[in-house]
Amino acid sequence: MHYFIGDLGHLFVIASFVTSLLSVFTYWKANSANSETKDQWLQNARVAFYLHSTAVIGVVTCLFIIIYNHYFEYHYAYSHSDSRLPLHYLISTFWNGQEGSFLLWIFWQAVLGIFLIRTQRAWEAPVMVVFGLVQAFLASMILGVVIPFINIKLGSSPFILLRDAIDDPIFKLQPDFIPKDGSGLNPLLQNYWMVIHPPTLFLGFALTLPPFAFCIAGLWQRKYSEWIKPALPWALLGAGILGLGILMGGYWAYETLNFGGYWNWDPVENAVYVPWLVLIASIHTMIIYKNSQAALKSAMILNISVFVLILYSTFLTRSGILGDASVHSFTDLGLSGQLLIYLLFFTVAAIFLAAIRWKEIPSSEKEASIYSREFWIFLGATTLCLMGFQVLLPTSIPVYNSLVELFGGESNLAPPADQIGFYSKFQLWFGVLVALISGTGQFFWWKRMEKEKLKKEILPPILISLIVFAIIISIAKVYEPAYVLLTLAGVYLIVSNLKVLSSVIKVNPSLSGGALAHIGIGMMLIGVMFSSGYSKVVSLNNTGMLISKDLPTEFNRDNLLLFINEPRTMGGYEIEYLGERVEPRKISGYVSKNDIDLTMDPYKVVARKDIEFKGKKILSEKDTFEINPENTYYEIELRRNGNVEALLFPRVQINPSMGGFVASPDIKRNIGRDLYTHVSLPMNREEEPEWSKLEEVQVRINQQFFVNDYVAVLEEVTRIHEIEGIQLSDEDVAVKAKIKVTGERNSYYSEPIFLIKDKTQVGRLPSEINDLGVRITLMNIHPESNEFSLGLNTRQKDWVIIKAMEKPLINILWLGTGVLMVGFSIAMIRRFKEFRN
Amino acid sequence: MTVTLGRKVTEMKKSHIIAIVIIAACIALIIATAGDASTYVSFDQAYQMASTGNNTQIHVVGDLKKDEQGNILGIEKSQDNLSFSFILIDEHQKEQKVYYNEPMPPDFTRSEKVVVIGNYQNNDFVARKILLKCPSKYQEEKINAGI
Repeated sequence: MHYFIGDLGHLFVIASFVTSLLSVFTYWKANSANSETKDQWLQNARVAFYLHSTAVIGVVTCLFIIIYNHYFEYHYAYSHSDSRLPLHYLISTFWNGQEGSFLLWIFWQAVLGIFLIRTQRAWEAPVMVVFGLVQAFLASMILGVVIPFINIKLGSSPFILLRDAIDDPIFKLQPDFIPKDGSGLNPLLQNYWMVIHPPTLFLGFALTLPPFAFCIAGLWQRKYSEWIKPALPWALLGAGILGLGILMGGYWAYETLNFGGYWNWDPVENAVYVPWLVLIASIHTMIIYKNSQAALKSAMILNISVFVLILYSTFLTRSGILGDASVHSFTDLGLSGQLLIYLLFFTVAAIFLAAIRWKEIPSSEKEASIYSREFWIFLGATTLCLMGFQVLLPTSIPVYNSLVELFGGESNLAPPADQIGFYSKFQLWFGVLVALISGTGQFFWWKRMEKEKLKKEILPPILISLIVFAIIISIAKVYEPAYVLLTLAGVYLIVSNLKVLSSVIKVNPSLSGGALAHIGIGMMLIGVMFSSGYSKVVSLNNTGMLISKDLPTEFNRDNLLLFINEPRTMGGYEIEYLGERVEPRKISGYVSKNDIDLTMDPYKVVARKDIEFKGKKILSEKDTFEINPENTYYEIELRRNGNVEALLFPRVQINPSMGGFVASPDIKRNIGRDLYTHVSLPMNREEEPEWSKLEEVQVRINQQFFVNDYVAVLEEVTRIHEIEGIQLSDEDVAVKAKIKVTGERNSYYSEPIFLIKDKTQVGRLPSEINDLGVRITLMNIHPESNEFSLGLNTRQKDWVIIKAMEKPLINILWLGTGVLMVGFSIAMIRRFKEFRN
Repeated sequence: MTVTLGRKVTEMKKSHIIAIVIIAACIALIIATAGDASTYVSFDQAYQMASTGNNTQIHVVGDLKKDEQGNILGIEKSQDNLSFSFILIDEHQKEQKVYYNEPMPPDFTRSEKVVVIGNYQNNDFVARKILLKCPSKYQEEKINAGI
């Protein structure tokens, strides 16, 4: 038992909580102190925050030591890792649990806090008061301390021992019991995206704090307009990182989950999408203010909203309130009360502060004209907020139900039945609006524009857009009116911003961020429209079968049943299922399950013969190599006109913590379209198959016979002296037959064994060829006629049911994402430079 | 003087118009959401809805029919495994055959509760989507002792 490291970690947790409160107090004092004592208080406050950061790093280190050294006496290590995980997945174990992800969040904010202390001398005290408060609330979530007298548990510590977390009888018998291995990291999360997606997302979360802190400090210190300059670069950085984090999640889902896309409108996704939209809106209002001293109040409201929405999304996803509404399962740590207080504290405090200062906030008297850029930016920001509001409403249905029940009512409202259809129907039109507004707004970029000049400026881009649009529409055959409009709006957004980009680059390339970001958005809109709107199932089974005679509707079957080595046609391809494969852990390639022997360790197998993959030898006979036994890959060949176009390896993962079975797609990526294929139903290997009645044949060596319509030859029969590692005595007689069966593509060997033990007992070990559905038993030996009796059983051939979809132009979405990120980076660098000057 | 005043009045109006438009949009979104939101109902209510011509998709929560030994009764797979039907008992103990046009999920028989999203078509309930609640989805309460 390693008590020390856990106690030390817990001590660091408590220290980080106390020091964060201390930093709040000292910074508060520093803020209100007169100039004589101010410096002293500031010194103390900095020490407090540095101590806090040190404590946070201490917590992180302790938790990582526990995970890295596999101290399974700790609940966190036991329930999230096991001893086989490589280092990079041990790192992702760290944030797999709720406590660890809070810790990650605290860590990023501590880092940001240090940055701010070093760079923002003028704002340090009031900003760091807000930082300290947020850190205190977050640290309280992992505190794991029971308050005496009232007996309330505050937070859930990551350093809790297994025996305190799980009530298992073994701890009564053996209090020092330590499991030999952990229960492992969910194999679905053993993916490189899961190593980088959570830290990126939580950095995005953390980055919403600086703008909020500057805004609150501005209100508090009555510096109503000065806060915008330092807040803006942070907001831009936050929008870039948060957007990147969201898209990484989408990309992971596209590659790993089988719902057929990158975005599912699940409450968990919505909970980060909404704050991101509002963050973008807030950036736009801040830019308005920087240029024309208008929209200050809107900028404040939106900055506060972003942070409150982040807290709200934390509450939604971690309090367990979503329950049935989300496919993601969250373990409720009993923090809902604490999370609610956290949310309400900052919401009420921010609103209160804004309310008492409201009258003092300067607001511009002049109204924006339709021909000013401010008008268009404001319009765009408003649309973004409404766009977020539309998503927020249905996502909050579980909250609404709880509220109604709290007041004694009854509410049976459920989220929309067809989530994707429901959200897309609204978001599509918002997308059109955003594109039209930001496309047009760009013409007002430099100055107030007069009616006549506008006409001259706007006409060429409109004409170009129309031409490009007409080409796209006629090539891609887009007829759905809403999609037609979205395409037009997207093209217009790209063309108009390209025009701006070309003139900006000549003047000053560092100003091109905005135009680039807008081009990225336009590309993303078009990519989303095509890849989702024109995603089509290609594994269609147009039998038009009725699933019940009583039902009025005929259903098209979206799934395709493939028998091994029997080609079918699908979406212009000839498709053939070639069998089950495993993936060696350290070698790239796939190995047929027919070519391996299992060992006692399920993670180690032995090659039966030299193994080639795509013409390259990857393993030699008798090589022992590691695999992940929970994963099976289904090799599927796609051919066009007889040429192999692609080999696909969709995966099925036995995953008890996700309900038993998870299918991941394999994607054939083309420039114009992705072909996305996943397994809908694999054969159940645990179920005993239905074998045909035994059929007996008598054959000599080298005589041909037929089994399940395949040609087979008995090649040889040899005496053996051990069976599966068990040495036989001299009395025993064991012979092994070697039968070659020629399948459609490969030859297979069946090696049944006939055994006479202790002279009287006869044993027969049949041998099965999985792919062909054949089982051969060596029944008897007839020395008098040099013949052998073989027993043949056959069953239905191996099969797999797949579903395949085509996703056109999805690469435009990924490319657009890249352009957007470049845009954000350029804009952010410009604003940081601006701040420094 | 009067001219600027007049201008100001009309421009004030413009910001008011924007505010009114925003509020109207919010209300419209709330109404649209309420209209599109689904509901949790029983099979009887779902049947009633369908027979009055209301074809909206609704949620029904229920358990699979089991015998005393806990074996699940009433699952019928189509011959090609591409679709299946099962019997669901809702919270008012009403039994209903449910059709689903997808292969049976392998973890289906292990689920404790099933949420079906769909509607009645004549006398049969056709599910468009099935949500399974498996006991193993929640964190283990026991350790694999003896390892």
